[in-house]
Amino acid sequence: MGRVPYRESVRLQKDLVERRKANAIPDQLLFVEHPHVITLGRNAREANILATPAVLSRAGVDVVETDRGGDVTYHGPGQIVGYPILDLKAWKRDVGAYLRAIEQVLIDALADFGIAAGREQGMTGVWVQGRKVAAIGVHLSRWVTSHGFALNVDTDLDYFRYIVPCGLTRPVGAIREFGCEAGYGNIQAAIVARFAEVFDFNIVKPQTLRERIA
Amino acid sequence: MTDVVMPQMGESIVEGTLTKWLKQPGDHVERDEPLFEISTDKVDSEIPAPATGVLKEILIQEGTTVAINTVVGRIGEGGEVVTEIPATLSVAAPPPPPAPADAQVTPVVAPLPMAATASAEPPPPPEATVPLAAATDLGPLSPLVRRMARELSVDLSQVQGTGAGGRITKQDVERHAAGAPPTAAPPPAAQAPVAAPAPAAVAPPPPAPSAPAAAKPAASVAPVPRTAPPNTRVEAMSTMRQKIAEHMVFSKRTSAHVTTVHKVDMTKVAKLREKAKGAFQERYGFSLTYLPFVLRATCDALRAFPIVNASIDGTNVLYHHDIKLGIAVALDGGNGLIVPVIKNADERNIVGIQRAVVDLAGRARSKQLKPDEVQGGTFSITNFGSFGSVFATPVINQPQVAILGIGSVEKTPVVIDDAIAIRSIAYLALTFDHRLIDGALADQFCQKIKSVLENWSEPV
Repeated sequence: MGRVPYRESVRLQKDLVERRKANAIPDQLLFVEHPHVITLGRNAREANILATPAVLSRAGVDVVETDRGGDVTYHGPGQIVGYPILDLKAWKRDVGAYLRAIEQVLIDALADFGIAAGREQGMTGVWVQGRKVAAIGVHLSRWVTSHGFALNVDTDLDYFRYIVPCGLTRPVGAIREFGCEAGYGNIQAAIVARFAEVFDFNIVKPQTLRERIA
Repeated sequence: MTDVVMPQMGESIVEGTLTKWLKQPGDHVERDEPLFEISTDKVDSEIPAPATGVLKEILIQEGTTVAINTVVGRIGEGGEVVTEIPATLSVAAPPPPPAPADAQVTPVVAPLPMAATASAEPPPPPEATVPLAAATDLGPLSPLVRRMARELSVDLSQVQGTGAGGRITKQDVERHAAGAPPTAAPPPAAQAPVAAPAPAAVAPPPPAPSAPAAAKPAASVAPVPRTAPPNTRVEAMSTMRQKIAEHMVFSKRTSAHVTTVHKVDMTKVAKLREKAKGAFQERYGFSLTYLPFVLRATCDALRAFPIVNASIDGTNVLYHHDIKLGIAVALDGGNGLIVPVIKNADERNIVGIQRAVVDLAGRARSKQLKPDEVQGGTFSITNFGSFGSVFATPVINQPQVAILGIGSVEKTPVVIDDAIAIRSIAYLALTFDHRLIDGALADQFCQKIKSVLENWSEPV
């Protein structure tokens, strides 16, 4: 879908969630990239934003409150953001299993590029060598998911300076620094393939945003 | 009246935080209309009303974390609204087992399908090995308890729970595996307030002043108490406090903590400091403390014994070429602890170190630190002496392998050449990870620090 402002992606997801709840559309997996934005989950503490509003606006970083789980995070160029709109009633009514499955998708996809990613006990996300390369935050409405994951490919990690990501004082990382040379398209394709495996889906041909909304 | 309960959001989820009521008492609600929002790790969910009617009462307020199946509110037929919340009602009884109607909740019968490619990480824990019947009969079980039961081949239905609401704790499983009866066995359905401190497991060592959370019993997975004892105020931990608690217990579980204490004669440093103090303050605008001297000596010792400036990664030892010293900073009013890092500490002189300490500590207290300034430390120092402590046993800052605690510098009578002299004495306590560092080496390391401090030669 290319680069989509965060607020717009939230509106789009709300719309898709309603359609999914009404069973008007099948499960979806959206891919976007966001312009610089700091998003606050429902549990976010303002204290985890370390920069003043003036500094952020000078740096061109938007701040948005949102209804996903989790604390504060940053989205920006160089990140693959995936928003699965799934009806978990048809899969498993288990948010823990869902988070673990999303992690598994990314771990498997990264393994395709020779990156040994894994989990850290008690800290949802995907980690490579002690650095968090993907953050996860989810919203559920009657077991239909929205929001999702953000994988740092070659994100400018300097932007994470403005926040305490997820309230954790653990370093973030981007997979480029771990030797992943693949382009966005290939990584995205790997994620789709692994997603289909983990969630046992058949892939329907990718659609453009316009086709989806039509 | 229909009870509205904290729903079960997944097999490993034992509690949830009620983040927002979307209806107020007196509001009409339709069945399946969003009624409240909850939050579990990384997931926010809207929860629909279980019945049509009027929301009569809200028993659990926003921001409260409760176990699944706890009654959070009630929906009735209209009429009068219960506005006053009776204290006894807000105290939820131990959660009933999940309703049989929950049969829809698909049990995890197989691990997630795995990619054929070798993945670096094991698949998610095979939760399927715990029969669902156990989960329904035994109430919420933590993943830790499930795993331990699996590993120790303990049949959980045979274990008597001593945790809140009769819940089976880690200690119960351990005790059962060891064949001992439970030490405290309140009836599982005890109505009595469960204010009980966790059954005295191994009494934790006295906490370092900088590390109060270390003394918490291992019951870190215990939910918010469902029964508030009388004359007690319940307050949710801040995020920082939760992280500290997590980290402290994690560290105690990870490393084999041993503390060795060395007595250091600081007279020479004290005299130098006394002489330079006034000019120092005037010239640089901040005071000269003992801390930079100890930091400087520690850098020398870390260079001499690189294994202390290392960390453990599985069965490998990572020797760090750079010395990055974490300095424990107590936040005002005992409201937390943060450990900013002085990078390339060994390349700085006394002024440079003191400046870095003043800068980092000040910004830590005003919450102006950048994330990378609290990351990547290779060794830590905690200065509990500034609060009057003579010596303490600090907790290692993972993944480091040692931490040095500095006691207060006090004038003390000591025997030198069979004469009594007054000297400035301090105790330095080194807590080291005995997995990696042997006692002899730890003591040589301390002796190196001691020798640098006692024979101080570098001008200020």
